[in-house]
Amino acid sequence: MGSTAPAEVERPSSDVRPDVPWLTIVWNDPVNLMSYVTYVFQAVFGYPREKAEKLMMDVHHKGRAVVASGAREEMERDVQILHSYGLWATVQQDS
Amino acid sequence: MSTGFRASGKGVSVRLDAGEVSLLVALVSQILDLVEPGETGDDPIERALGIGSAEAPSDPVLARLFPAAYAEDDKAAGEFRRYTEATLRDGKRADAATLLETVEPGTVQLTAEQAQAWLRAINDVRLALGVRLEVTEEVHEEIAGMSEDDPRYPAFVTYDWLTYLQDTLVRALW
Repeated sequence: MGSTAPAEVERPSSDVRPDVPWLTIVWNDPVNLMSYVTYVFQAVFGYPREKAEKLMMDVHHKGRAVVASGAREEMERDVQILHSYGLWATVQQDS
Repeated sequence: MSTGFRASGKGVSVRLDAGEVSLLVALVSQILDLVEPGETGDDPIERALGIGSAEAPSDPVLARLFPAAYAEDDKAAGEFRRYTEATLRDGKRADAATLLETVEPGTVQLTAEQAQAWLRAINDVRLALGVRLEVTEEVHEEIAGMSEDDPRYPAFVTYDWLTYLQDTLVRALW
């Protein structure tokens, strides 16, 4: 009988080094509303409104903002959800 | 003109006239036409996991709806796309379908879940129009200064109305 346990997938060590996290970045764009972007940060990350608004303002004024950091898989999941809301989001390793 | 969304019971509501409903149906149907169902390979495992193509869409609207997840790593962007785009396409289609099923002239009452689908579906239409109209951050000033005889005027007014609708929806959900 086969096991239903998922196989362990080995990631390159750089992916799991806790001192070099991955980042979820949201970029400014002319269509997404300031209210909507704030709302999405609250809904997706559970951030309080004040933090969500600060991040939104960073995106608006600086052109981009780091909205989350952590393991690569988590950041890719964040980006997928942000894309479902139409935000322009990318993943990259912290440098 | 609609007065926008307001909080109502556990969800939100909006009053729409027949013309506004026709407009929403037409625009959201265009998104459904453009965003085809997520295509996966013939391999049954790939199909079950929603694994599709790694190639970025050439249509500029689709490229905006499904942006590259890695700005400077095409290989990683392709892998991400292979594993996510089919699911994202299906999600956008489901949001559009929810809007089309619930929109009608008069008072539209939405559950919190339906409101989320409307939020994303309206935004997809705005993103699509934004690409086609080459909208900038000065879009409101541009519309205010635009002649009604300008051939772009109706499309920009539509964009502006969707912006209003979406902003009131966000505020009703807060």
